[in-house]
Amino acid sequence: MRLEYFLLIDRIVELNLDDHTIRTDATVPTSSTIFEGHFPGHPLMPGVLLIETMNQASGWLLIAMHKFTRMPFFASVKQAKLRTFVTPGQKLAASAKLVHDGSGFAVTKAEIKCEGKPVCSAELTFRLVEFPNPSFRASMENIAAEVAFPMEVLAHG
Amino acid sequence: MSSTFDTVANIISETCDIERTKITPQSHAIDDLGIDSLDFLDVAFAIDKAFGIKLPLEQWTQEVNDGKATTEQYFVLGNLCARIDELIAAKGVAPA
Repeated sequence: MRLEYFLLIDRIVELNLDDHTIRTDATVPTSSTIFEGHFPGHPLMPGVLLIETMNQASGWLLIAMHKFTRMPFFASVKQAKLRTFVTPGQKLAASAKLVHDGSGFAVTKAEIKCEGKPVCSAELTFRLVEFPNPSFRASMENIAAEVAFPMEVLAHG
Repeated sequence: MSSTFDTVANIISETCDIERTKITPQSHAIDDLGIDSLDFLDVAFAIDKAFGIKLPLEQWTQEVNDGKATTEQYFVLGNLCARIDELIAAKGVAPA
């Protein structure tokens, strides 16, 4: 994770377009300016960033499903549950499953586990729109390479 | 038609917290009921699930933006329900 750059997924572990699922890894950094404020003397991964981690796992799934022709933008979160504290250095497993692929939007269910134990879960809705410009898409392709996005899935189906 | 409208009206009432009695086939989802685009995503999700269809929102939006259609054609509820019935018939699926 690079919290200050909002890059919360480290690596895509598995992307299954038949099951519409994704599994990712994300390790919370041991230090960050965010922990200086959240909280002094008691550093915790902010819950909003855990939700964003689930967003990004879902986002890579949706980008793959739409073969890099649509960019998912977070629209709403429902039934978010933050079950336990997450501290610096912990290794997280963020996964997501497609619930519905609508016209111009999609819904996923996502969760994060730490050492096999549930950390948080939510139902997430995204607007799916064309990439605003080529440079934005190129930057996403660069990030995709960093997180081991399996480009071969773009030839799937 | 009536059962499609009842289902859609109930979805809108529950999703958007609008009194069921205020929702009629003549209601315009945006202009009369004040449903914004985010709430309409929830409505569309629920409609898709309830009827086993996929409302072509992107196509409709494009047609409105291009001046080839009016919002009334798709967002007055009686017209919306007619479109839903067409989509159901095209897919050969029954309402859930």
